[in-house]
Amino acid sequence: MVLDNFKDWKMETFSILDKNGKVTNKEKEPKIDNDTLVKMYKTMVYTRMADEQALKYQRQGRMLTFAPVKGQEAAQVGPMAASDKGDWLVPAFREMAAMLYKGVPLQKLYLYWYGNEQGSHFGEGSHILPVNVPIGSQVNHAAGIAYASKLKESGEAVIAFIGDGGTSHGEFHEGMNFAGVFDLPLVTIIQNNHYAISTPRSKQTKAASLAQKAHAYGIPGALVDGNDPLAMYVVTKAALERAKEGEGPTLIEALTYRLGPHTTSDDPTIYRSDEEVEEWKKKDPIIRMYKYLSNRNLWNKEKEETLRKDYKKEIQDTFKAVEKLPAPTLDEVFDYTYTEMPEYLQRQKEARKAQAKSGGDR
Amino acid sequence: MMAEMTLLKAINTALHEQMEKDDSVVVYGEDAGYEGGVFRVTAGLQKAFGEKRVFDTPISEAAILGSAVGMAVAGLRPVPEIQFSGFMFPGYNQIAVHLARMHNRSRGLYKMPITIRMPYGGGVRALEHHSESLETLFAHIPGLKLVIPSTPYDAKGLMAAAIQSDDPVIYMEPKRIYRAFKQEVPEKEYTIPLGKAKVVQKGEDITLVAWGAMMHEARKALKELDEDISVELIDPRTISPIDTDTIMESVKKTGKLLVVHEAVKTLGIGAEIISRANEEAFFRLEAPPVRLTAPDIIVPLPQGEHHHMVDKERIKQEIKKLASFEE
Repeated sequence: MVLDNFKDWKMETFSILDKNGKVTNKEKEPKIDNDTLVKMYKTMVYTRMADEQALKYQRQGRMLTFAPVKGQEAAQVGPMAASDKGDWLVPAFREMAAMLYKGVPLQKLYLYWYGNEQGSHFGEGSHILPVNVPIGSQVNHAAGIAYASKLKESGEAVIAFIGDGGTSHGEFHEGMNFAGVFDLPLVTIIQNNHYAISTPRSKQTKAASLAQKAHAYGIPGALVDGNDPLAMYVVTKAALERAKEGEGPTLIEALTYRLGPHTTSDDPTIYRSDEEVEEWKKKDPIIRMYKYLSNRNLWNKEKEETLRKDYKKEIQDTFKAVEKLPAPTLDEVFDYTYTEMPEYLQRQKEARKAQAKSGGDR
Repeated sequence: MMAEMTLLKAINTALHEQMEKDDSVVVYGEDAGYEGGVFRVTAGLQKAFGEKRVFDTPISEAAILGSAVGMAVAGLRPVPEIQFSGFMFPGYNQIAVHLARMHNRSRGLYKMPITIRMPYGGGVRALEHHSESLETLFAHIPGLKLVIPSTPYDAKGLMAAAIQSDDPVIYMEPKRIYRAFKQEVPEKEYTIPLGKAKVVQKGEDITLVAWGAMMHEARKALKELDEDISVELIDPRTISPIDTDTIMESVKKTGKLLVVHEAVKTLGIGAEIISRANEEAFFRLEAPPVRLTAPDIIVPLPQGEHHHMVDKERIKQEIKKLASFEE
């Protein structure tokens, strides 16, 4: 068969730590300063606790629908630790760990999932885009930011996140292709958590890996253990250097697992087995980072206990503060439609206010 | 100083001026760079401003418009081109879910100063998907502005205003009249405010509202009209937000309203204008308002396209019918 000459290629998964936090790839172990290592770990713990706490609030009827991140913390914290302050973060919708690492206050994230747009205003110069709900479309935004960076020679790179399901979307292809053509400083990280809601990775593509899609764009595609924060750090660091050298984008597939539901409306027991989940729990990124830090005498049980106690209070106080914040006013929901209010919309607003006053609205 | 130019040249001149004035303006699209676009609207820009600010893209409408969102976030003022409006659909996701919403979504943090140019409309004996009038699909989306010029003078001033606007503007270009006629246009830069209609001709008996290539047809119809009917001709110029104050003032005076558009009838912009006439001028109406539009059919290929088009003859007929309306 002539086509036998065109068979698929195999890729090895890059990793540094095994699931017990042991360094298995000494040569590639990054020299990260101790403060950063601890910050990475603390952000992972903070994210995990904030995520689990939000799920509790949701089950109590106090929080609205949100997308839990549990299990994917390393795939996000590794890349953010590798980035510079000026680099951009373009999230999908499950990037709580990345956003927290880059400095978004938890109150903002809680406020967003609590149903208030103010939770997406991260402040001037934050270089973070809001949560992006329409699958895959953020890759094109990231490509555009990267184009601006190249044009202005700002030296800023862009890190975009997408899921395994998102790679089936045309917008993913268009964005990666565009970035490839113009050698844009973009690093796109696919968090392959193995499910798009209930649909397994095998139903998204026949391709052996998602990383290999990079070859079609003429750029490197790396397959990485996404639960290994050091591996994610190393690969992203290299990709960012390449981006800033003007050599173009990189695609990284982070193999990880969503330990929780797709969103709080999802019941994952319908489509995956307890055994599978248990297997992935053994590969929990927080366990391996804890052990890695302990082995280096950077962390211990007492520190852990104190940290968790402090975080618990901080997280609960944050949510209670969010609950007390006022809902958006009628003015606010009109006023950001345009940068300046057109006359007809002003009239609609006034009419709406008049209705509210006469009891038509509350 | 004035210079005589076509509508196409007026847009080209505006792009030159705005790129000259503001380094953050970038122009790009399929064939929009080196060649200057399939209609040559962007001709000469790459030579003047370089390949970084004026460039060809892959055939990729979602990337063209999605990247504009990113560029705007990072401080540029993109002016992307969609080669024909009938091909905007792969990019419509970006228009409807991001361009229109990012400012609101981020509570004002990220403005979207983007002007999307796209040739639209029929009458050029083109292939399938090259003749649509899709303005309703943009006017229905909160957060967008929509401009359609009908003269070289308006085209230049509206383009300047669109590019300078901090809100996303869809700028639909009536390709049928790109080179149909010339007009004296000021050589120096000027803007025409978005959201302001123009009373093209004063009149007493009928208010006729039209835009784009249909404005051109309406003017031809009025020129040929033998009957002594005084028509007030209004060009909204900005379709969203539409200046219905100017239109309603006229309707209250004439009592009769005729809206002419190239787009299909159902839920066209004419439906909105007439709805507002019912809300705001009902007791001043002397006849049921009339829409003269394409029928609700798919634009036929060139041999049958005349069944779809509105032309000056049909406009004359409707003016006469409306002028002589009796209960």
